[in-house]
Amino acid sequence: MHSRNPSRRRFIATTAAASAVAVAAPYVRGAHAAGKLNIGFWDHWVPGANDTLTRLTKEWAEKEKVEVTIDYIPSQGNKLLLTIAAEAQAKAGHDILAHPTWEPQAHAKILEPMTDVMEPLIKQNGKVNATVEYLGRADGKWIAVPATVGSQIKGPCSRIDLMKQHAGIDVKAMYPAGSAPKADSWNLDAFLKAAEACHKAGAPFGIGLGGTTDSVDTAGAFFHAHGAALVNKDGQITVKSDPVRKTLDYMKKLASFFPPDAPAWDDASNNKWLVSGKGALIMNPPSAWAVAKRDAPQVAEQCWTHGMPSGPNGRYAPFLPYFWGVWAFSKNKPAAKSLLTHLSQRSSAEAMVAASQGYDLPSFEKLTDFKTWAEIGPPVGTLYHYPNPYNHQILSVAAAPAPPKIAVQIYTQGILTKMIVRHLQGEAMEKTLAWAESECEGFMRT
Amino acid sequence: MVEAVMRPQATARTARKRTGLHKAMQRKSTIAFIMALPLILLIAVMVLYPAGYSLHLATLNKSMERFVGLNNFTFLFKRETFWLVVWQSCIFAVTAVVFKALIGFIVAHFVHNIPTKGQRKWRGMLLVPWVIPPAMSCLAWLWLFDPSYSAFNYIIALFGGDPIPWTGNTYWARFSVILVNIWIGAPFFMIMYLAALKSVPDQLYEAAAIDGANWWQRIWFVTLPMMRNIIAITALFSLIVTFANFDIVRVLTFGGPIDTTHVFATWAFRIGIEGGDIPLGACVSLFMVPILMFAAVFILRDINRRGNEA
Repeated sequence: MHSRNPSRRRFIATTAAASAVAVAAPYVRGAHAAGKLNIGFWDHWVPGANDTLTRLTKEWAEKEKVEVTIDYIPSQGNKLLLTIAAEAQAKAGHDILAHPTWEPQAHAKILEPMTDVMEPLIKQNGKVNATVEYLGRADGKWIAVPATVGSQIKGPCSRIDLMKQHAGIDVKAMYPAGSAPKADSWNLDAFLKAAEACHKAGAPFGIGLGGTTDSVDTAGAFFHAHGAALVNKDGQITVKSDPVRKTLDYMKKLASFFPPDAPAWDDASNNKWLVSGKGALIMNPPSAWAVAKRDAPQVAEQCWTHGMPSGPNGRYAPFLPYFWGVWAFSKNKPAAKSLLTHLSQRSSAEAMVAASQGYDLPSFEKLTDFKTWAEIGPPVGTLYHYPNPYNHQILSVAAAPAPPKIAVQIYTQGILTKMIVRHLQGEAMEKTLAWAESECEGFMRT
Repeated sequence: MVEAVMRPQATARTARKRTGLHKAMQRKSTIAFIMALPLILLIAVMVLYPAGYSLHLATLNKSMERFVGLNNFTFLFKRETFWLVVWQSCIFAVTAVVFKALIGFIVAHFVHNIPTKGQRKWRGMLLVPWVIPPAMSCLAWLWLFDPSYSAFNYIIALFGGDPIPWTGNTYWARFSVILVNIWIGAPFFMIMYLAALKSVPDQLYEAAAIDGANWWQRIWFVTLPMMRNIIAITALFSLIVTFANFDIVRVLTFGGPIDTTHVFATWAFRIGIEGGDIPLGACVSLFMVPILMFAAVFILRDINRRGNEA
């Protein structure tokens, strides 16, 4: 067998040649040179909205040479919550995952800090409201990026005709399309009187008192309007306070004008109430109006989304932001942050708002003037005031300002609506308060 | 020489080993064990591991960072809602199982008395509620009970009655979830009892008839004693499944109004997954174990005793 030992001269020559080739050859960038990114987005209920998000993501992926995989995870059956819980336990899964309202706080310790993404975005798009900060920041750091997709304000959606006819309120004049609200007289008393008048006329306000989010969010806004909190920001129980008592008194009066089955309502009930043409007002993002546009156009033509009534503590609207979070165990954090920055650009947000027929809501101050909200109809201008363009409402989440780990329990257990129902069904005020206090004590576990 | 002595000994040992293995393989119990091994492994992975893990979770604090022993359990014992859930789970499971057994028993008799030719159709039709996925049938019931557009209320209104708050009032809501559970589960009892009825020898009825036994005496002294074991096993099985039920309450009432229809599984999910307190949720779900274990021991002991008597 013939073997040849390389000489010193040959070795040097070969090495030199190889180095020359390596230096001279052009840098060939592979199709997926920047790695892979596995994403779990919330599965949007609006047909076509997912396509826009996919398009935006793929545009970015092509430019950045990242291989992306997208899963759309529905919130029906709490599939999204279950996925988050499973991935948090397994410390494996998607790089970017959609996080509903309370989830970033629940997993703050295993989420990648997003301060380096959020600070430039705030400089560029304007500041975010206090509720987004309350839910998206922990220990002085941003832990998630507020998502345009899924975020929503659940303010009143009124029937123009029924409100005018039965309550003498012109909601279009109060919230004119294209200009600032003229809603100084739109307060809790006016709301109560309107509820009573519509109830008498056989077109009650369709507000639920169940344990699902629509009911809880609405109750939360009324508690805030009275300045009532069950637990304050320092974690002290404040159930037995005058604002809470006043809220319960007010809600007992108001709820007596709701449909009698309101304690059994879920998140679909108010939508059905509006679409059926039975009610004069519901509290919902524009999804109910969009369904009416498809199924009952004559109802949709009379819908007008507007602001909440003001109370002694101010005008509070129920706001439910969604977030995008990046797990600390993500394998491609730089790419994830780059994508989230891309999706938070004005052009991306505008595309998502258009694709969702105005339902999705960016959390940044400068992103509330898209033409979708001004132009979409019928009637044209129906969603003009949906994104709170004049900041005349304080966007809030029920159970705030309690520390989020306590607030999430108050929220998911529906303590606010249960208090209202108990009192409505005849339980003495102090007994209801004692029950709520005991429940809140149970939420103090660490 | 030593080598010559050792070699036959080694050969004999190998032969013994072979014979031992051969014999073991011929034993029915070994074959049965090997054939059941995949299932045993599956149960170990899919049941024992999660059960052990949930035990582990139940001993952690809310943020799952430190061991707290039985603190979560003692905390639960002090909660008013927990005892409400215990009470409701018992009412739900016991009432539903009793009615399922009763309806199953009666329907099984009807079906048993149908001539063999047409019996298969009836058996098939009566099994429909049991074979439809519960999530789907619950959605259909949800529409029937809908707070505002209930089909039942529509019919009641046609006769001039007031609408019933099927899911909005505590007692009606409990009635509704139990009714749906009975509707779904009664066919299982029916088919089990029908099988048991078919295995009762006709001679026993003939002898009873000769002795002058009436219809009720035939049921009480012949049918029921012959069906006792199957009744006990079916009741136990159904009790376990009903206690752990999730979908009916979740779809129909969401645990409301004001928590008065929550059962262990729905409340555990509310606390653990929706409320982000996984250790407490695990605790709630584990609480079913001692209750069901007590029921299982009680019922199975009775079956064993009867088996020994036989």
